[in-house]
Amino acid sequence: MALDPIEAAVALHRFGFGPRAGSIAALASDPRGALLSELDRPNAGQIANAGLMPSGQISRVAFEFNQERQAKERVEARRKEAEKQEAAKRAAEGAAMDNGAMEKSMEAKSMEAKSMEAKSMEAKSMEAPAPAAPPNPPPQTPMRENFIREGKAHYDAAINAEIGFVERLVWFWSNHFCVNADTTVMAGAYEREAIRPHVLGRFVDMLLAAESHPAMLIYLDNAQSTGPNSVAGIMRNRGLNENLAREILELHTLGVRTVYTQEDVTSFAKVITGWTLLTTDTNPHHGGEFLYHPRMHEPGAQTVLGKSYRDTGQEQGRSVLTDLARHPATAKHIATKLARHFIADEPPAALVERLTQKFTETEGDLWEVSKALLAAPESWAPERAKIKRPSEWYVAMRRAAGFSDSPPGPILQGTNRLGEPLWRPPAPRGFSDDNGAWLDGLAHRLDSANAFAQNTAARLDPNAVMETALGPLASPETRQAVARAESKAQALTFVLMAPEFQRR
Amino acid sequence: MSAMLHVPTRRELLLGSGALFAWAFVPRIARAEGRDPRFLTIVLRGALDGLAAVAPVGDPDWIKLRGDNALRLDGKTPALPLDGFFALNPAMPNLYRLYKAGQAIVVHAVATPYRERSHFDGQDVLESGYARVGRADTGWLNRALVGLAPGDRVETPTHGRRSFAVGPITPLVVRGPAPVLSWVPSRLPPVSDETTMRLLDVYRQTDPLLARVLEDRINLKKIAGPDPNQRSGENTGPAVQIGNIEQVRAYFAEAAGGAAKFLASADGPRVGALALDGWDTHVNEGAVNGRLSALLGALDAAIAAIETNMGAAWSETVVALVTEFGRTARINGNDGTDHGTATVALFAGGALKGGRIVADWPGVKEADLYQNRDLQPTTDLRAVLKGLLKDHLRVEDQVLATDIFPDSDAAKPMEGLLA
Repeated sequence: MALDPIEAAVALHRFGFGPRAGSIAALASDPRGALLSELDRPNAGQIANAGLMPSGQISRVAFEFNQERQAKERVEARRKEAEKQEAAKRAAEGAAMDNGAMEKSMEAKSMEAKSMEAKSMEAKSMEAPAPAAPPNPPPQTPMRENFIREGKAHYDAAINAEIGFVERLVWFWSNHFCVNADTTVMAGAYEREAIRPHVLGRFVDMLLAAESHPAMLIYLDNAQSTGPNSVAGIMRNRGLNENLAREILELHTLGVRTVYTQEDVTSFAKVITGWTLLTTDTNPHHGGEFLYHPRMHEPGAQTVLGKSYRDTGQEQGRSVLTDLARHPATAKHIATKLARHFIADEPPAALVERLTQKFTETEGDLWEVSKALLAAPESWAPERAKIKRPSEWYVAMRRAAGFSDSPPGPILQGTNRLGEPLWRPPAPRGFSDDNGAWLDGLAHRLDSANAFAQNTAARLDPNAVMETALGPLASPETRQAVARAESKAQALTFVLMAPEFQRR
Repeated sequence: MSAMLHVPTRRELLLGSGALFAWAFVPRIARAEGRDPRFLTIVLRGALDGLAAVAPVGDPDWIKLRGDNALRLDGKTPALPLDGFFALNPAMPNLYRLYKAGQAIVVHAVATPYRERSHFDGQDVLESGYARVGRADTGWLNRALVGLAPGDRVETPTHGRRSFAVGPITPLVVRGPAPVLSWVPSRLPPVSDETTMRLLDVYRQTDPLLARVLEDRINLKKIAGPDPNQRSGENTGPAVQIGNIEQVRAYFAEAAGGAAKFLASADGPRVGALALDGWDTHVNEGAVNGRLSALLGALDAAIAAIETNMGAAWSETVVALVTEFGRTARINGNDGTDHGTATVALFAGGALKGGRIVADWPGVKEADLYQNRDLQPTTDLRAVLKGLLKDHLRVEDQVLATDIFPDSDAAKPMEGLLA
């Protein structure tokens, strides 16, 4: 077979996380076959890391930690209050104090003075070399440590992937069904538990896993949503929260302004009442795990999109979700988003049509849909219309530079700065997939590329990085800029900022 | 600014080459003589235009060579006369003051043995001390340290341990077997305007969308040329004013001034190196009141910061400012200069026998130029560096010739540089 290094390079940038040393040559004989073979690998998309906590466990750890901290604070507050009262009592007795007590008090004062002196000495010796601690270091809590471990696992999977198509799909779906790490400590576990197992499976399974995951139920407020006519609703005077139901219809399945009405939202919200989680304070072994709570579930049949669903408890919600997954509007919505993510802001209609058809005819088999994306001629247009998202670009930089195992700190900070903090999207819509959202950050990327280059240039050969990362895609202009750069760092900056490296 | 030497932390992985890299020991022999010498090498990456820093204003061919871009003693911004022949760029009043006080030396028409024009290779030769390209594992300054008898170990009270690190960003000149400490200024090195403009140039030719975005983001201001008769719009390169010069000044001053604090401290290091980038002025060089003059001003302020922070130790200090090569003698089609050969090396410090220009002036007539384009090199930079290492740090002759600057027999250590 003829070698096609250009298509290999495009394959790596468009469908993967960018080339590593030798990737372009390795793929040149059959770029599409190489992508397909990533899909066929056993356990594709899974992270083998026994050290990571399941979602229930991290919730319980977080709960226990916060309880202990609060308890300590309470003890401290009590101690202070007692001291205050003691001092007030002494002041009241002061008038009646005899000489002996006076002496004792003098002694105490002199002791106090000595101890003050000692403290000030200590302070001085501390002063001389001020410790180089980062300003306001985040407190090390088990939640923070867990987040960093999860973040490292997430990025390492991308950095070390051979091509990274499956990881790109994981990122896509994780963003499609996003949660927010500011509202839940389970964000990392959620991706591993709800997204990864289904990334090449059936859409309906991912949908069911995501919408019933405690992280999602907390993020979109369904954990508290209570059927107004349910026992809990009546007894505790609680009611419906439509948030999750609305976002499922608007963002996760049918798409905004499609076929559903406000009545559908309300009915669907009633259907999924009772989808909640075990509380951590009363369940030391299973707190934080999913619970279908019949006492919160709105009784009775509900009509969603013109179809009546009788009250089968938890099954009622699963039935609606299953129907939503096979709705034509969902197929079109997912097809459009996939094509927009990989190919163009305004994706070719033919491609959207192909993916919609494949989604429909395979009942949302994501393995088939992913293969259809690779097989479509529109997917291989030479024009590289998409700008990489910041985190994707960040990973591509590390791959091009030959880093395999990276401390998570710089990449987490770096993506924060570039406006794409890990698992912290600005809204339930997730991070935008339009070029327009990311273009303005280009100058910030230049700052990041510059800092990265300053740090690494001494041990990298910019020409080698260019061949690794761009190879046949490097324009004469980029090559010239690199050749004429005034320093290795500047040359490296040009490679990392080159349009050929910024685009998918 | 962190006040100690230490292993780079995660926070500092973001930071750049303005870091000080210093030997973890104090040289013993010089100490035994009752001296306590300080030696700081600053690598100016990008190839400084020596003729724009120190101009041969007394050369009858000078004005003809550079025209409106020539530094001159008359005019609105007169250059600072060093002797009857050379004048310093007016952006460098501190260096001028030091020169007049006998604490600065200018070496002109100087070059390393490298005669090609690639930055990377030129920097490798400059920093490695080897006569040819291709050996870039250790630097001459580090090998010089190996040759010195180590005295007391430098105190580094970092988190209760004595630490040293050869960080990934260590400049080549100080890389090698001798243990090196690093200190990193808290300030991030800014993206140089030159980098931004060159990138923009690539974008303009290949990616209009990215070009438009970058243009919007950077503070583009057309320079209203100092001369109304400036060349008509032939310039392909964009004209910009230095948008971030204040950042550059602050960064240079913090990097150099911070380095000086360590070298000055009683139990700190004595020999160190740092690198300051940004000297590759292909377009709108602005030697008199543009980009290069602003950069030279930032460098001048950095020299002043070193002097101030050295305090009493300034009298035992030598600062060497060296660059990989010079630039074309003539101005190019973009009011800039391209890669050349000979340039200046600047030295400052109270330990110098200064107030002197060291130059075997080759002239700037067409026939005098190297390959009819560059200032002809007449002094070997290695001779100057060897002289300083020998007299200031007491590196032995034999070691200088074999280990530190191999194949430099013709470049004997220059004598009499020290007071």
